[in-house]
Amino acid sequence: MTQRAMPVRVLLFGPLREVAGAESLELVLREGATVRDLMAALSERGPLGEGARAAAVAVNRRYAGPDERLEEGDEVALIPPVAGG
Amino acid sequence: MSAPTADPPGVIAQVTVEPLNGGALLARVGTTAEGAAIVFEGRVRSENKGRTVVRLHYEAYDAMAEGVLREIGSEALALHRISQVAVAHRTGTLEPGDVSLVVGVAAAHRDPALNAVRYVIEQLKARLPIWKREEYEDGSASWLPGRPGAARDAAGEPPGSGRAGT
Repeated sequence: MTQRAMPVRVLLFGPLREVAGAESLELVLREGATVRDLMAALSERGPLGEGARAAAVAVNRRYAGPDERLEEGDEVALIPPVAGG
Repeated sequence: MSAPTADPPGVIAQVTVEPLNGGALLARVGTTAEGAAIVFEGRVRSENKGRTVVRLHYEAYDAMAEGVLREIGSEALALHRISQVAVAHRTGTLEPGDVSLVVGVAAAHRDPALNAVRYVIEQLKARLPIWKREEYEDGSASWLPGRPGAARDAAGEPPGSGRAGT
């Protein structure tokens, strides 16, 4: 069974948005990829990769753990260390 | 399972660009069944670590933030003997003295009310997807270091509990 490519759009906020110069970035993962796979792919993205390492990941507006699988169409966001309140 | 999208009974949660007013909230919170009503106002400070702040910009992941506040409000109701909780965070560009956060709680008695206010503040500081960028007198600006965002963990402790406040 061949694994299909799965495009993922990752929303960026705060300092990460500034580093990337954009509100989101696109990457392609394999079908069935996990949050951990996403972080591995992001770590290769230079300065953004460094910032991403300290970030949490939200999938469909909920914090997601590393083993959570991504599905096509999920809303994925990188959550750098938060500073509300 | 998607995040809650409407306020459950006893909880008001809001992320807004509109100015916040703790006094107005205090006038509305609680019925005659509640003997304790508390409103906390978080305000923008004019100085941070020896630097004069001229503006503070709050950026939110709007679609997620209100749901997180709603969850925190529901937890406060479940964990503390309170009747009502209202929490609102402002985003956009604020100036020193502006109110960035209001937390209102009504309860029959003071201890649960005080504990619930603290709970809501500590949880949102650890979980709310909001970031702040300070602008200083000399024209420079910086994003403030934050705390790793996370859901409340399985043990029921707020992430980063025990750390000094920001």
